[in-house]
Amino acid sequence: MTEKKDTVKELNEVVIRFSGDSGDGMQLTGTLFSDTSALLGNDLATFPDYPAEIRAPQGTVGGVSGFQVHFGHSPVNTPGDYADVLVAMNPAALKANVKWVKRGGTIIIDIDSFTEKNLARAGCVKDPLNQLGFRDFNIIQAPITTLTREALKGLNMDTKSILRSKNMFALGMVYWLFHRPLEFTEKFLENKFKKIPIVIEANKIVLKAGYYYAETIEALHPSFNVAPAKIEKGFYRNINGNTATAWGLIAAAEKSKLPLFLGSYPITPASEILQELSKRRDLGVKTFQAEDEIAGISTAIGASFAGNLAVTTTSGPGLSLKTEAIGLAIITELPLVIVNVQRGGPSTGLPTKTEQSDLMQALFGRHGESPLVVLAASTPSNCFNFAFEAAKIALEHMLPVILLTDGFLANGSEPWKIPDVDKLPEITPPIVKEGTEDFQPYRRLDKSMVRGWAIPGTKGLEHRIGGLEKMAVTGAVSYVPENHQVMVNERQEKVDRVVDAIPNLEVMGDEEGDLLMIGWGGTFGHLYTAYRELKNEGYNPSFVHFNYINPLPKNTHEILKKFKKLLVFELNMGQFANYLRMKFQDLEFSQFNKVQGLPFTVVELKEKIISEIGGK
Amino acid sequence: MVEVNKLSPRDFKSDQEVRWCAGCGDHAVLSSVHRTMAEIGYPKEKYVVISGIGCSSRFPYYMNTYAFHTIHGRAIPIASGVKVSNPDLSVWVVTGDGDALAIGGNHFIHGARRNIDLNVILLNNQIYGLTKGQYSPTSKFGQVTKTSPYGTFEQPFRPIELVIGAQGKFFARSIDNNIQLTKDILIEAEKHKGFSLVEILQNCVIYNDKTFGAITDKEHKQDRQLILKHGEPMIFGKNQDKGIVLDGMSLKVVKLGENGITEKDLLVHDAHQANPIIHLLLGDMNYPDYPVALGVIRSVDAPVYEESLLEQIEKVKSSSPIKNFKELLYSGNTWEV
Ligand code: SF4
Repeated sequence: MTEKKDTVKELNEVVIRFSGDSGDGMQLTGTLFSDTSALLGNDLATFPDYPAEIRAPQGTVGGVSGFQVHFGHSPVNTPGDYADVLVAMNPAALKANVKWVKRGGTIIIDIDSFTEKNLARAGCVKDPLNQLGFRDFNIIQAPITTLTREALKGLNMDTKSILRSKNMFALGMVYWLFHRPLEFTEKFLENKFKKIPIVIEANKIVLKAGYYYAETIEALHPSFNVAPAKIEKGFYRNINGNTATAWGLIAAAEKSKLPLFLGSYPITPASEILQELSKRRDLGVKTFQAEDEIAGISTAIGASFAGNLAVTTTSGPGLSLKTEAIGLAIITELPLVIVNVQRGGPSTGLPTKTEQSDLMQALFGRHGESPLVVLAASTPSNCFNFAFEAAKIALEHMLPVILLTDGFLANGSEPWKIPDVDKLPEITPPIVKEGTEDFQPYRRLDKSMVRGWAIPGTKGLEHRIGGLEKMAVTGAVSYVPENHQVMVNERQEKVDRVVDAIPNLEVMGDEEGDLLMIGWGGTFGHLYTAYRELKNEGYNPSFVHFNYINPLPKNTHEILKKFKKLLVFELNMGQFANYLRMKFQDLEFSQFNKVQGLPFTVVELKEKIISEIGGK
Repeated sequence: MVEVNKLSPRDFKSDQEVRWCAGCGDHAVLSSVHRTMAEIGYPKEKYVVISGIGCSSRFPYYMNTYAFHTIHGRAIPIASGVKVSNPDLSVWVVTGDGDALAIGGNHFIHGARRNIDLNVILLNNQIYGLTKGQYSPTSKFGQVTKTSPYGTFEQPFRPIELVIGAQGKFFARSIDNNIQLTKDILIEAEKHKGFSLVEILQNCVIYNDKTFGAITDKEHKQDRQLILKHGEPMIFGKNQDKGIVLDGMSLKVVKLGENGITEKDLLVHDAHQANPIIHLLLGDMNYPDYPVALGVIRSVDAPVYEESLLEQIEKVKSSSPIKNFKELLYSGNTWEV
C-alpha cells in the first residue's frame, strides 16, 4: 500500500479484525464499525472471538478479545477467513491474531502498548515486529495511547477514563481508511452516555483525532471504498443466532396464540437465548431458570402438558442430561422444542467453540425406540425461521423437535431483513375443545397421526398420561406385547409423516453432474461462498444444504443419485455422512471433516473441491 | 376457583384397578386424597396430580382428574412447569422417599426454596418398594435391606430438615392410617399459598413392615404421637397428662402435675412464626425419647413464585414500549435500504 496519496481504491469486500485486551472495548468497536457499514448499504457478517478465559490476566493471550467483520459490495455469507486489516491494541492481541491476517494486509498497532512488560505478559519475543516475519505486512505503528491522552488533555478526566476511549482512536483510523462517516457512531455515543456528557465529548474527540491522524500519515494511503451491495429493499437490523432463535419462538407463540414458556439452565453458548427471553416479560414470556438441565426440560414438559408453547435450550452436555426426559415427551406425545446450540465436545470440551458433533446424539441419543424431529438452522438470521418452524412442527404434530444450531451461528451476526409478521404461517395445534364427546387421549386425529391436546382445566377431558407404555387410543397403561409394537410403529410413523409438512430439497447448480457438495446446519455460509466462488472461477460443482435432518426431505434420494460423487462437509468426524449412508445404502458418500472448534475456511473448502473435480 | 355442585370422594376415583399390595399404607392415603379433593370442592378439571416413579407414584392412575405419571425424581419440576404456566390449577405432587430425596433431591430443595404453590405429598416408607427392598435415603442407620445385607451405615435424611434448610414455609406430617388427620392436613396444605410439604409415614407391608410400628401401635400411639394444633398447648398421652416444654436449646417431655408443672408451662404451638427453630426441634422429635409430632408443624406466608412472576410481567408490560412482537422487531437499531 504505497501508492500515490489521496487516491481512493474501490474494493469488493474487506475483512477487518479488531482485537485487544478484554477491557479494551473491541466488541463495541467492531459493532459500531459494522453498524455504520450496514447503514451504508454493505452486505456483511460478523463474528466475535471472546477470550477463552473470563478472568485471564490483563495483557495475556488468554485475555484477548476479538471481533471480525466482513463487509462487501458483493454478497457476504461468512465473517471471512483471513483479515485485510488487523487492529491490535497490545502485543497479546497481535500474537493471537497475526496468523489470521492476509499476506500483504495492514496491521494497526498501538505502539505505546509494546512495552517490555506487556511483551513479557504476552509471552512475546523482544522485538516481535521484526522477528515474527511481520515484514509481509503493512504495519502502522500508531502511538494510540499517547495521542488519546494528548487529545483529551483539555478535559478534566482521570487516566482510567482517558485510556478507556483508546478504542475510539483506532475506530477513527479505520473509518478514515474505509471512507466511513462518523455521524452514526457519534449519535450512538450521544444516546448511550446521555447521562455523562463528558464521556460523549471525550469519545467524540478521540474518534475524530484517530480519523485525522489516519488522514495525515502517509503509510495508510490510499484509502479504500467498498460500495453498497445490491440488497433487497426493506427495513433491516443486525441479528445474531441466539437472538434470532429467541425471537422465532416468540413469533411462534404469537402465531399459535399460546403463552411461551422456557425452562432452561445457563450453559455456554446457549445462555443468551434464556437471557433474551427473560427480558421479554413485556411480551408475557415466562422463563424459568431451573436448578439443572433436567429440571429445565422437566418444567418445560409440565408447561407443555398445561398447554403452553414449551421450550428448553441447552448445549451438548445439557442435551445429554435431558435425554431421559426427552423420552418422556416422546411417549406422552407432548409438543416440545429443544434447542441445542452445539459446541466442541465431548464433556466440557471447547465450550466457546463451534462444532457439529451432536448430530448423532440428537437423532439417536436415547434409550428405546424414540424417534423425533431434528432440524438445523444454517445462518445466524435463519435461526429465526427454524425456531419458528421447530415450534410449528412440535405444536401441530404433538411431538418433541430438536433444533440444532451451533456456537458459530449463535454468536455470529448479520443484517436481517425484518420479516413481515403477518406473512408468517399460522400455527394450529390440535387443542381438544370442551364438550368433545368420547375424547380419547391417544386417538389419531388425521393423516399426520397427531393426537388431541386436552389441556388441564378443560371440563370433561380429565385424563391421565405417563411414561409407561399406553394402550392405543385410550392411553391406559398397557403391557400387552402386540400393543407395544403398535405404539412403537405409530410413534415412528408419526415422525416419518412430518415429511409431508416440509419443503423439498433444492439443488444449487446443475441437477446432475460430477460432484455434489453436501452440507447441513451452520456451515452454509462457508460452503455457499466456496460454491459461488468456484462457479465464478469456472468450476462446476453443485451444492445442497440440509435444514431438515429427520425426516429428510422427500426428494433427497432422487437428487443425490444423479451425481457421480457425493462429498459431505461437516465439522465432526462424519456423522451426517454416516446417517446418509444408513438411509441410502445404494449410494456412496465421501467426506471432508474438520474438528478444531473452528468453522471451515472458504480457502480449504475450495482446495478440497478443486482436488476432487480436477481441472475446470 | 368457583365451588360447583358438591362432588363426593367417589367422583375422584378413576376406573383403573388399584394395584398396590394388600395392606399397603398407600390405599389409605389415596382414600384421604379423594376425600380431601371432594371437600375442597374445586371441579375435577382444576386438579392436576403429578408423580415420579415408585410405588407411591402410581397414584395418578387412580385419580379421576388430570394426572401425569412422569419419570424418576422429576415430579416437582414437572409440576412446577404446570403451576407456573397455569396458576389457576390446583397442582399436587405424589412422591416417595427415593423419588423425592434420592434421585430428585436437588429438585426437592429447589422446589421448597422457590415457594411455588404445590402440594407435595411425600409418602415416606423408608425403603424402595417398587424395586423390591433396597434401602432409601430415609432408611434407619443400620437397617438391613437387600442392598445392605449387613446393615446400612448412611445417615438418614429427615425431610423437615431439608425443607427448613431450603427456606421451606410449610411442613406437615401424618400417618397413613389416620385418614381424618391426613385429610385435614391436606386441606391446610391446599389453603397455604406456596410449597407445602406433607410427609406421610407410610407402611410398606412387604419390604419394611412396621417400621413405624412403635408409633402407630394402637396400644401406645397416644403416648407416642403429638398432634400439633396451631395456638394450642402441646399436650399428649392416653391420659392427656404429658406435654412439651422448652428446656434451654432443646425440647423436653414433662408430666403435668409433676414438679409443679401446669398446662401454662407448656409450649403453645405457633405454626406461623417465621423463625424455624422450634419447628425444627418439633419435627426432629423421635421415639423413644419423644413423641413424634404430627399435624401442621410449620405454615408461614411468603411471596409465591408464580404470583411474583405474574406481577413482574404486568409491571414490565405496563412500562415497556414494546407491546407486541412486531414492535420488538423494530426496536433498537434498524435501518431502511
Ligand atoms: S411394595 Fe410396599 S410400598 Fe409398594 S405397594 Fe407393596 S406395600 Fe406398598
